[in-house]
Amino acid sequence: MNPTTVSATQLGQPNATAIGFFVLFVCVTLAITYWAARKTKTTSEFFAAGGGVSALQNGFALAGDYMSAASFLGIAGLVATSGFDGLIYSVGWLVGWPVVTFLIAEPLRNLGKYTFADVVAYRLRQTPVRLSAAVGTLTVVSFYLIAQMVGAGNLIHMLFGLSYEVAVVIVGAVMILYVLFGGMIATTWVQIVKAVLLLGGATGLAGAVLYRFGFNPASLFNEAATRYGAQVLAPGALVSNPLETVSLGLALMFGTAGLPHILMRFYTVPDAKAARSSVFYATGLIGYFYLVTFILGFGASVLVGRQAITGVDKGGNMAAPMLAEVVGGTGFLGFISAVAFATILAVVAGLTLSGAAALSHDLWSSVVRKGQAPEHEQLKVARLASLLLGVLAIVLGVAFKGQNVAFMVGLAFAIAASANFPALLLSMAWRGFTTRGAVASMLTGAVSSVVLIFLSPTVQVDLLKNAGALFPLKNPGIITIPLAFIVGGIVSLLSPEREASSRFAEVKHRMHVGLGKPPPVAAVPSPATAETASTSSPTATPSKA
Amino acid sequence: MSGNPQEEALEALAAARWRVAAGLTVATLVAYFGFILLVAFDKPLMGQQLTPGLSVGILLGAVVIVAAWALTGIYMLWANGKYDRALHQLRR
Repeated sequence: MNPTTVSATQLGQPNATAIGFFVLFVCVTLAITYWAARKTKTTSEFFAAGGGVSALQNGFALAGDYMSAASFLGIAGLVATSGFDGLIYSVGWLVGWPVVTFLIAEPLRNLGKYTFADVVAYRLRQTPVRLSAAVGTLTVVSFYLIAQMVGAGNLIHMLFGLSYEVAVVIVGAVMILYVLFGGMIATTWVQIVKAVLLLGGATGLAGAVLYRFGFNPASLFNEAATRYGAQVLAPGALVSNPLETVSLGLALMFGTAGLPHILMRFYTVPDAKAARSSVFYATGLIGYFYLVTFILGFGASVLVGRQAITGVDKGGNMAAPMLAEVVGGTGFLGFISAVAFATILAVVAGLTLSGAAALSHDLWSSVVRKGQAPEHEQLKVARLASLLLGVLAIVLGVAFKGQNVAFMVGLAFAIAASANFPALLLSMAWRGFTTRGAVASMLTGAVSSVVLIFLSPTVQVDLLKNAGALFPLKNPGIITIPLAFIVGGIVSLLSPEREASSRFAEVKHRMHVGLGKPPPVAAVPSPATAETASTSSPTATPSKA
Repeated sequence: MSGNPQEEALEALAAARWRVAAGLTVATLVAYFGFILLVAFDKPLMGQQLTPGLSVGILLGAVVIVAAWALTGIYMLWANGKYDRALHQLRR
């Protein structure tokens, strides 16, 4: 029945091609970092690449920032082992992007500087808003980082046979080099290179699969249906509870629009128009990638065989690499493994940079130093924060070894959707939004998501092995997102803030028109222009009154 | 400093942008949750094969992904055209 099953897979053996490709990737990206480091002399260059990234480049970088190893290997594995259900995830991971395009990208670019807190705090009181926004950002970043680092350790252990700890340290150390020295310029290029490699690798793999089926996906699906039954083409066990699915859907949809490392990328383009175009490119690339991944999953179930896949890893995560070995031999397996490694590096670099922006720009420069920190100090603090977060990522990665951290990605999306997105949207769209409303909304969103996930079956039953859970849903989005909106609205109505509403006209003007002149930081900034830009920017000045 | 007509024009433009953005967001929501609800409540339909191998569910899933991208494309066409022209007028 399954003659194509590989009995002797090279997975988990030190694979010369894989190591070769990976070393090549690291060398190239470190060379880029060296080049980028010489161009990174100001905070604006460190956090926003000086606003000099083109729309197409940013589109690729956004895709590289977003497409994680979890979605590549996880969705392919899910499709390989259970068929159609993987598509539900593919669709869910994508549909947040239109929302980012319509509601977030342009206003964010016009109103902010490095973080989404710039936008929320624009006409509100700086200290309380930035403190609460930093809570949201840092929790999202931490949970997402843990999930990525633990995933990296397991994955590399499985792919290359390296020990878990060594893998985590390598990923952490290389990522620190990118971020610490090359800042956003290096991170952007690492993400672009990764996106090209991942899209290219997935396309090549899908091409090799479809070649065997006359380039007709339907005959591939049909082959899977003949082998595993027609139910692989229909919804299966994943959607047993519609409410659960809708809740997860809401979190994925609005969480994307609240992920700090994604939002931050909109500051790297010169203007709102480029921000808008870059999400269009990114949405296309990511959508294409998820469609291809779907094909890979079916390809693996037919050409590798379910038994062989789950024999190597119960979760099915090795479906795509094993497929590469079947269609292209050890060389292709090595290439795809190296791509998976590169994928993780690019995502953790983006995460770390956005966490560093919250620490240094929101907490240090705005809250502690009240916008009075000189440029060289800001840059020093930014680098220190990156180093700190990088080391923290390694420590957390090692500390969570062997834990089931899959729920942490869901948690990160739930917090992003509940703590960050409602406050961000309300601050841009509603005149009556106030400081207290913003703080209440962000803290409610963050705390309620964490508490409800703690009480959910994911933690109570799967992790703590209790018989039941107080809160029935695995993802709390359907409760926490409306709750954050409602609390933000009610508290704002109860605590009117004249300054905030009187400055709404200014927000509206700048949100649409921008500054009405070239962007705050020109594409080739000299320290002097960057300095004036940072001091004249309203985000750095507390409120005028 | 800006005269009244200019303020009004900006007001109208801002309102138009939010209308388009909200409309397209609702369209995305409808497409996505339509798909999810069909998955949840009409499994037999989603499992029906149009041609051998191509089920309604797979087709609709792919359609939602393509539609999501198309909607961002529609927004970009509108914004690059009408919206940017009006903004350009305002900036002067």
